[in-house]
Amino acid sequence: MQRSWLRRVPIIDIFLWAVRIVVIAVILYGSFGTLRQGKYSGEVWIDFVVFGLSQGSVYALIALGYTMVYGILRMINFAHGEIFMSGAYTAYFAAAALTAGGFLNRHPVISMLVVLGVAMLTSTLIAVLVERIAYRPLRRTPRLVPLIAAIGASFFLQYTFRGLFGSGFQAYPTVNVLRGEWVLAGIGILRTQAVVIVAAVLMMLALYLFVQRTKTGTAMRAVSEDMEVAAMMGIDVDRIIVITFGVGAAAAGAAGVLYALVFPQVHFFMGFLPGIKAFTAAVLGGIGNIPGAMVGGLFLGLFESVGPTLFLEGLTIPGVYPAGIPAPYQLKDVIAFTMLVMVLIFRPSGILGERLATKKA
Amino acid sequence: MRHVRLLLALFVALLLAGGSYFVPGAPAAQTMGPVTDQIGVVKINKGQPITIAYWLVISGPDASLGVDSRRGIEIAIDDAKGTLVGHPIRLIGEDSGCNAEGGTTAATKLAANKAIVAAIGSTCSSEARPGAPILWKAGIVTVSPSNTAPVLTAPDRGPDYGGYLRTAHNDSVQGKVAATFVTNVLKLKKAATIHDGSPYAEGLANVFADVFTRLNGAGSITSREAISPTDTDMRPVLTKIAAGKPELIYFPVFIAAGGFIARQAKEVSGLGSVKLMSADGTFSPDFQKAAGEAAIGMYNSSPDLSPEALGPGYKVFLDKHQKKYKEKPISAFHPHAYDAANIIFAAIRKVAKKDAAGNTYIGRKALRDALFATKAFKGLTGTLTCNEFGDCADPKIAVYQTISVDPAKWNPGTNPKKIYP
Repeated sequence: MQRSWLRRVPIIDIFLWAVRIVVIAVILYGSFGTLRQGKYSGEVWIDFVVFGLSQGSVYALIALGYTMVYGILRMINFAHGEIFMSGAYTAYFAAAALTAGGFLNRHPVISMLVVLGVAMLTSTLIAVLVERIAYRPLRRTPRLVPLIAAIGASFFLQYTFRGLFGSGFQAYPTVNVLRGEWVLAGIGILRTQAVVIVAAVLMMLALYLFVQRTKTGTAMRAVSEDMEVAAMMGIDVDRIIVITFGVGAAAAGAAGVLYALVFPQVHFFMGFLPGIKAFTAAVLGGIGNIPGAMVGGLFLGLFESVGPTLFLEGLTIPGVYPAGIPAPYQLKDVIAFTMLVMVLIFRPSGILGERLATKKA
Repeated sequence: MRHVRLLLALFVALLLAGGSYFVPGAPAAQTMGPVTDQIGVVKINKGQPITIAYWLVISGPDASLGVDSRRGIEIAIDDAKGTLVGHPIRLIGEDSGCNAEGGTTAATKLAANKAIVAAIGSTCSSEARPGAPILWKAGIVTVSPSNTAPVLTAPDRGPDYGGYLRTAHNDSVQGKVAATFVTNVLKLKKAATIHDGSPYAEGLANVFADVFTRLNGAGSITSREAISPTDTDMRPVLTKIAAGKPELIYFPVFIAAGGFIARQAKEVSGLGSVKLMSADGTFSPDFQKAAGEAAIGMYNSSPDLSPEALGPGYKVFLDKHQKKYKEKPISAFHPHAYDAANIIFAAIRKVAKKDAAGNTYIGRKALRDALFATKAFKGLTGTLTCNEFGDCADPKIAVYQTISVDPAKWNPGTNPKKIYP
């Protein structure tokens, strides 16, 4: 009898249910403990949320590139983090040149547009070149081949920048207008962060409209539905793929400048971690899905910023950590990636993802 | 089926038993020429160079720390006229990246080179943790010019670290100086600490917190936080710290993360007037570049490089440095590296033996013992005497305050200005 009962409820399901219950219990217990301590006021929590949103919107902008390329080619472009880095790095030279003459602070808006333009242009150019040289010749090969090529391209770009500009870091100039904070409905928001959030949201909106409303966007969606049928309908597939790479890279370049505004340091390795995080965000939201990448990025940023304090600070373990987990912020990556694992276990297609497995793969 | 498994299990057991035969036991004594040594002997043929290796951070955001030390070694070699016991000195090196992985890689590469007589390194304590045992397994003794984590020379460090010494101070000294300075000179009663999980930062932050608590009573450390070295967004952790209303934040981390903390601390509400203090890991013009104007007014504990503390020899060293590299030292551990190289040279002179053909033989165990026996050695950083756990330093720690962040004005002593003791 017992055996048949076990057969009806597979062990793996029981295990997954146990995981769900444990994780939710830990989160609830920890959050409740933190909130009950009352150590942080409402403003502090709002600050955490704003920090998370600004970090998350940068992740979202980078994630768009991953998700668009995946949507069309079913390929993970691991060089995307380096496209982001190259945008930020070249924009540094533009920004430094503008600062040297004092132009940056006299005409901040024009300068920022120039810097953004330089970054987006460089990123686009590099991405298109990488696509042409490293990916296009491999398009008919098994999927693993372009993936390895992408990793190679990523190293190539990193060490090209290291060779050209040295292994140290460059300090990004700060824009005087963006110092201090704006007060909005009684809440102080750092100017850089407000600009980053607004710029990122505007760019994502533009991109969404581009994909949904323009002819090229429609062609892009057609290619992602079925490349061969799209080609039969008279769509120039190669052109569409180049445009996809270009648009994704432009978003990454812009993200590079926004990132450097908030974290004013650039170096050749800076693309690695944000790249991995953005990839996580893309998977989280459902890879291949543009609104999914945005939602995934914002979620990831929020969890990283709020999570360690909210979940872990109040997580008292009698005997071991009677006062909650010490120094929880160090564990923010653990929280981010645990969340990824949870989403992948319980919703393998991501938050907004479609069931790719049955449809395309 | 069952039989197959049984056979397989037997086979694996046999393999394991057979494998244990190949696991090396205690190293057998080796005799070469006139020298017999328990660990091994390095033979240097007549006219061939004697190889000394460094493993330091020479790339990435913390490169200034390692390059500074390498310059100290290079000047020591110049002072020895480039020769040692009749052989030219050849300096080779590996980049160790200021993390455990980099330390492991660098040490493994060096350990594979049988020509290396002794090593100088590492820069960061996190590299030495896994790296020093790898070198010692290969019989290579290493002297670090800038590892300061207490754990590396703790009495319970174990035989794996038997070939590890350092000329840098132990952070149990530095943390105490910092805590005393904050309490007695700044007269502050509440502080928070941030470390990055590296043995250096965590050890130093803990020493500071313990001494500070002893001086100011329980609760004077409002929070002890941690970040990871690659973090860029410090605002959440700073916001958390702000809730405890500290008067000072002590963050003995490295350049990249330290720069972000200094910059972002000013932007977090509630921390506008908080004082910032870091340690020797961020004592570099590169840090000032990373932190920008936020570094002005900040305190750093670091080795005391003033003429009163180091004596006239240091002035001569600085002149050579200026002539060779056309700039001021870019961090604080060049004299320690100079001394590390010199105690190694002295020990080699003591134990090297020649045969009739003019070849030189150096016993590895003998060299190690000679280094540990270093006593009252007159170095740049003071009078060095090594204890049985490898601490050789004559520690002199000062507190500096940053006046200007213009890299051209970097001149330890005046900017950052020495204010204590």
